[in-house]
Amino acid sequence: MSTAAPNKFKEMEKDIVRLTINDRQVIVKKGVTVLEAALNAGIYIPTLCYDPDLKPYGGCRLCLVEIEGMWGLVSSCTTPAADGMVVQTDTPSINRTRRITVELIIANHHGDCLACAKSQDCELLKIARYLGIEEERVERLRKGTQVFSVDKSHPAFIRDLNKCILCAKCVRACHEIVCHDAIDIAFRGNLARIATFGDKPIAESICKSCGECVARCPTGALVPKWEKPPAEEVRTICPYCGVGCSIYLGVLDNRVISVRGDPQGPANRGSLCVKGRWGYDFINHPERLTTPLIRIPGIPRGAGQNGKVNEIFHEASWDEALELTANKLLELKDAHGADSIAALSSAKCTNEDNYVMQKFVRAVLGTNNIDHCARLCHASTVVGGIAAFGQGAMSNSYSDFEKTELFFIIGSNTTECHPIIGSTIKRRLRFDGAKLIVADPRSIELGEHAAVRLHHKPGTDVALINGLMHVIIRDGLEEKQFIREHTEGFEELRRLVERYTPEAVEAVTGVPKSDLEAAARLLGEAKSACILYGMGITQHTTGTDNVKSVANLLLLTGNIGREGTGFSPLRGQNNVQGACDMGALPNVYPGYQKVDDPAVKKKFETAWRCKLSDRPGVTVTEIADGILRGEIKGLYVMGENPMLSEPHLEHTRQALEQLEFLVVQDIFLSETAWLGDVVFPAAAFAEKDGTFTNTERRIQRIRQAVPPPGEAKTDWGIISALAEKMGKPFGYQSAGQIMEEIASLTPIYGGIRFWRLGQDGLQWPCPDTSHPGTCFLYQDGFARGRGKFHAVEYIPPAESISKKYPLVLTTGRILEHWHTGTMSRRSNVLNELYPNGVVEMSPIDAARLGFIEGDLVVVNSKRGRVEAPLHITEKSPPGVIFMPFHWREAAANILTNDALDPLAKIPEYKVSAVNAVRRRKKLR
Amino acid sequence: MSFTDIQKRAIAEWDTLRHGPTPGILVGAGTCGRAAGAEAVLAEIDKELTQRNIDAIVMQVGCVGLCYAEPLVDIIKPGRPRICYGNVTPEIVAQLIEDYLVKGNPRSDLALGTIGHGVVDGIPNLFELPMLKSQVRIVLHNCGFIDPTNINHYIACGGYNGLVKALDMKPEQIIEEIKRSGLRGRGGAGFPTGQKWEFCRESPGKEKYIICNADEGDPGAFMNRSLLEGDPHSVLEGMLIGARAIGAKEGYIYCRAEYPLALERLRIALKKLEEYRLIGDNILDSDFSFHLKIKEGAGAFVCGEETALMASIEGKRGMPRSRPPFPAVSGLWGKPTNINNVETWASVATIIRQGADWYASYGTEGSKGTKTFSLAGKVERTGLIEVPFGMTMRQIICEIGGGILEGKRFKAVQTGGPSGGCLPSDFLDTPIDYDSLTSAGSIMGSGGIVVMDEETCMVDVARFFLSFVQLESCGKCIPCRWGTKQMLDILEDITNGRGKPVDIELLQELAQSIKDGSLCGLGQTAPNPVLTSIRYFRDEYKAHIEEKRCPALVCNALISYYIDPEKCQGCMICLRSCPAGAIKGGKRVVHVIDQGQCTKCGTCMNVCPPRFGAVIKTSGEKPAIPKEPVPIGFAGNTDAG
Repeated sequence: MSTAAPNKFKEMEKDIVRLTINDRQVIVKKGVTVLEAALNAGIYIPTLCYDPDLKPYGGCRLCLVEIEGMWGLVSSCTTPAADGMVVQTDTPSINRTRRITVELIIANHHGDCLACAKSQDCELLKIARYLGIEEERVERLRKGTQVFSVDKSHPAFIRDLNKCILCAKCVRACHEIVCHDAIDIAFRGNLARIATFGDKPIAESICKSCGECVARCPTGALVPKWEKPPAEEVRTICPYCGVGCSIYLGVLDNRVISVRGDPQGPANRGSLCVKGRWGYDFINHPERLTTPLIRIPGIPRGAGQNGKVNEIFHEASWDEALELTANKLLELKDAHGADSIAALSSAKCTNEDNYVMQKFVRAVLGTNNIDHCARLCHASTVVGGIAAFGQGAMSNSYSDFEKTELFFIIGSNTTECHPIIGSTIKRRLRFDGAKLIVADPRSIELGEHAAVRLHHKPGTDVALINGLMHVIIRDGLEEKQFIREHTEGFEELRRLVERYTPEAVEAVTGVPKSDLEAAARLLGEAKSACILYGMGITQHTTGTDNVKSVANLLLLTGNIGREGTGFSPLRGQNNVQGACDMGALPNVYPGYQKVDDPAVKKKFETAWRCKLSDRPGVTVTEIADGILRGEIKGLYVMGENPMLSEPHLEHTRQALEQLEFLVVQDIFLSETAWLGDVVFPAAAFAEKDGTFTNTERRIQRIRQAVPPPGEAKTDWGIISALAEKMGKPFGYQSAGQIMEEIASLTPIYGGIRFWRLGQDGLQWPCPDTSHPGTCFLYQDGFARGRGKFHAVEYIPPAESISKKYPLVLTTGRILEHWHTGTMSRRSNVLNELYPNGVVEMSPIDAARLGFIEGDLVVVNSKRGRVEAPLHITEKSPPGVIFMPFHWREAAANILTNDALDPLAKIPEYKVSAVNAVRRRKKLR
Repeated sequence: MSFTDIQKRAIAEWDTLRHGPTPGILVGAGTCGRAAGAEAVLAEIDKELTQRNIDAIVMQVGCVGLCYAEPLVDIIKPGRPRICYGNVTPEIVAQLIEDYLVKGNPRSDLALGTIGHGVVDGIPNLFELPMLKSQVRIVLHNCGFIDPTNINHYIACGGYNGLVKALDMKPEQIIEEIKRSGLRGRGGAGFPTGQKWEFCRESPGKEKYIICNADEGDPGAFMNRSLLEGDPHSVLEGMLIGARAIGAKEGYIYCRAEYPLALERLRIALKKLEEYRLIGDNILDSDFSFHLKIKEGAGAFVCGEETALMASIEGKRGMPRSRPPFPAVSGLWGKPTNINNVETWASVATIIRQGADWYASYGTEGSKGTKTFSLAGKVERTGLIEVPFGMTMRQIICEIGGGILEGKRFKAVQTGGPSGGCLPSDFLDTPIDYDSLTSAGSIMGSGGIVVMDEETCMVDVARFFLSFVQLESCGKCIPCRWGTKQMLDILEDITNGRGKPVDIELLQELAQSIKDGSLCGLGQTAPNPVLTSIRYFRDEYKAHIEEKRCPALVCNALISYYIDPEKCQGCMICLRSCPAGAIKGGKRVVHVIDQGQCTKCGTCMNVCPPRFGAVIKTSGEKPAIPKEPVPIGFAGNTDAG
């Protein structure tokens, strides 16, 4: 101890710098700039172009200081603090230069401060006041005469270059943070200005509307179109994809009027995507459900969505609607048994909502017939992940991406579906020399940044990965020690992949042998690699096989259980991880505890004081058949929309119409709710407390910002009320109280309490309240003991192209919309940016069929027909068309195949055989 | 083939050209020669030789420097000294071939001078001409004398001996030699080259780059272009030696696309180097490897600034960044990088060949060696020159340049391009070196010299340079982007007669802030032409502002044309020529210019027969002239006193 301490101080001493600023001693960490050193010490230096998240720029020249021994005035934002520096920040010469600089800006700055949306927090105004700029000194300068027309082309924000000071924060944010480069400085001298490519309006550029530039603009040059300053801000979590970005909702008069990214957010560090930035007006949408609705007796379910609401439903009191529902459910249970009722929980709802829902189904209804849309996106991940490692969740964290040397992205259009992760990866490639392999049938944006691109045919993932493993083993690049010490089943795998030679794989996948070998070498040689995948892997009849193949590749290269490596399934919805964790699945209780394990069952029976069923329930995808067979009579749907999200929608419609009783609980009258007998109005994310669990297993708090509209209630509140009506009161007073119950019964959530989730939330497993959470899994071995290789043979997709259906349809998401569009299509900005569904087709197919851009095209499969305008794009390979599934009017799922993966019961959304004919030529 | 063998072959080829049985015709076909008509001359030579069936070696060479006398043609007739002819036209070519090559008459009437040993009656030695006599040609020693596309010529003249010598030296020894030579950066800032190399060599990192800055952009400067066109190998050899000294394995030449001929000659030179394995891996079987790429710039002036230049090579918008970190620590692609100007690199090989002491024997205490200048503007003999530091401006302008054009009075000399300043006659006798120019408020810059005579308005010159830098500012920093625009607006007001008394003070205040506040050299030096012209020619500013008068009669808004009633003969030439129809009068009637309609184009003055000389240009004064046209001889009735 006595000798260790001074050494430790010496170590620390190496990392610090002592300097003098304005005769004050300042001590800072090495690597900090003089500006940051001064700001840290509370010494103000004006600046317009400094941003702690961006690289030093030195453009505004306001942060000039004098440093002894250095010639002239030096920009403090670009100069690293050095030991012994003597800095002056406030001398007559500095102030003269600063003042003239600001006078020059003002002489060239158009705009009436009173009418400017930024006047409240305009940085220029603040600095002008600080420097005491005098009117007459500005007057003696010649006024700038350049006038730009204001760019109002974007639905969300205004670009007024007359107020731009060229600090280039927007350009730098787009380049350094988003890595998209939609804008740059163009022209020279006095004419220099921020421009898109070709100086076109921003809406005609490649801008992805993420608003990172708008958030950083110090003046009124980039301002949101309608935003007013909020009275207060509430920190919560974005309700869109599974990344889990922290946001502040701005509230005025009980309405959400603004959103900004939380710079401290562990997932996003202040960044947001187009949905997260602009997609919140659905909260205040006039179509929000405000009272319970009951189907008018005698109106058939088929009376669809084109009717008027009050011709199909009558408004009801909570008491009436709850009473009716309770009676109906009890009736069905008595008449047909508990298993005649099924329920869908929701990946959009909180952990607390999901917990209460599955508890209601199990403890009140007495069945395990509960599932949710995770079945449709990552069921195969859960099955495959558990088989290989013992857990089905993402093994690593976003923080691992910062240390990864090689990213392998397969079946994930990351920049569209998980934009913030997409940007993180692009930053790593651009600035840190990390490498990327992209495997995707389509030419997705990330492919442009990839070292190797593999465009395999849809549904040939197993063959492709087996081919990669063949080359890795052939070239001796497998991680032999890791395989020996931590895995089982290698020999079987080795024998299987022997047959997957690059030539054989090229014949099946269409990927050139040389590309396959290049990718395999990168994978085999990388010190740390991470595999990210999405629904391109999971949504196949071989989904589980695909996931097992991904796991094989990680085990083979030893890229799991270490920093910077990992198994990264990217979850689609904000709380799909949480809904699974909460046991909204037919075979497990919260925390993946099996329903057929007697000890587990006993634990829950004791806690919930009731008898529970040990028979696993039915999955989402089996419910329709169950209804049509007459086994399922009643369905309770919370926040899901199977009428757009299920494959083979016609089949789903037939089933739902045949139900005896359908309850839907939602924030809007969704396509499914239109078929309901009772509809309960629910609170949206901004109107409730609770937690979401994101893709990296991070449990984060959401907080109520505004009251629910009308009589709408929280989901857990509605279900609790129903349970009470059915004679089993839960007695919950708050979401926090529910979490305490969850923690007491769910070992991986054992340490989760609301009071522990302040800034960063916690990542499970977190067994007790002193546990700091778990950044990456399997550091001390796999949950199942050894990692298991699965020798997986390639099986072609369930449906193959034929003479009648010569094209492959693959479906997915686009950046601007989300899920079945209930929220995103009710956001003005998102809707305006991308108003209707499309069919994407390669120029080669379009030329062959004689189609032109904008033609109205009918796509047919065995299961139905859909019409949508054609978009011709190189993104689609020849023979493959793509349709996003967000639009009711062009519902891609009318066409998709409902064939299931035998283990995970996930449908094969990604491969359907279709044809396309032209309905009529583009109207011109 | 070993280098000795290469050398032997090269010398043999060179000797055949000079002393062989076939005559040689060398045409100055640099950009300056071509602009003056060298291509037509070449075509004519080809035609004449074919018609007469004469066997001769025709060769395009670079610029000797006598730009005023382009196109230049040298003829080597076996057994005779080489003779240089100036201002050659296709007609003259035909005569020379007929008279000299065929008949043996050297046509001393057309010759400028002889080159090398031997005397021809009536023709002086070229290097005894006043323009060349006081020059010391170290960097330019090959320019105009060898075929720039023929590496053998360069080698025969001692080329690549420096590289061979450097390969035997330790990198530290090379740097020491360059340090001892006193070589300073010829790009303008004059930083000691050896020291710069040492910083880069000592900077940690395996990968290092060297760059040749050939982005010559000053108006009136063409030294680098001529050197690259005339002797590209001298630059390449310097870079090879520098790369060896610094430990760089890769290099770039950043040359503007507006120099297509220089680029072509560089490409050819690089290809020849590759053929001779003097570049690439294991050069001349040593452990030294070096690869060189040529990057074409798009002509932005700011890309001559080293950090902007590197950004441009990296494919980004050419914008400078703050230093530190200096390129020697973090330059191209973030790796240690050394950037030198064309002329600096071209000086290196000779220093290594001839030794540092020899080089340092030229020049002054603080500025060693020689400097090339492009002499332009109002002098009798414009051209590319090379002189030792310490020569006075008077020697350059009067001896080498032959004095002011048309015997007019000297007014100012501008050095260093838009970043430099305008110096008055007081400065003519100061020995020129880096420090003397800086203390006078100007800079050495890359070596442009623009001479101005009494007909130059110094306010207008300042306005011109400001408009140039304003247009070329990259826009990154506020003082440069908007400060130079502000100064330009003020100068335009002044030259348009709208100047205010506070403007001189305001210009100085802005200038100081722009110098202090700007990010890079462009902004930091942009106010120099304004500051020096105010310092040395304040009266002209005052005349413009207070009296609304342009003493040099240049600023259009402040001048007027009048017709002197005493001299006008009523010939109607000016009346008919006036494009604005502003002249009233008639036959034998004194003409009068309607000042309201006059556009001040000066046509009347140009067309008025010199024997009359009736049109007067004035500023700030109104001569006594009649209001309306009056018959000749009755001009007494005037409206002004």
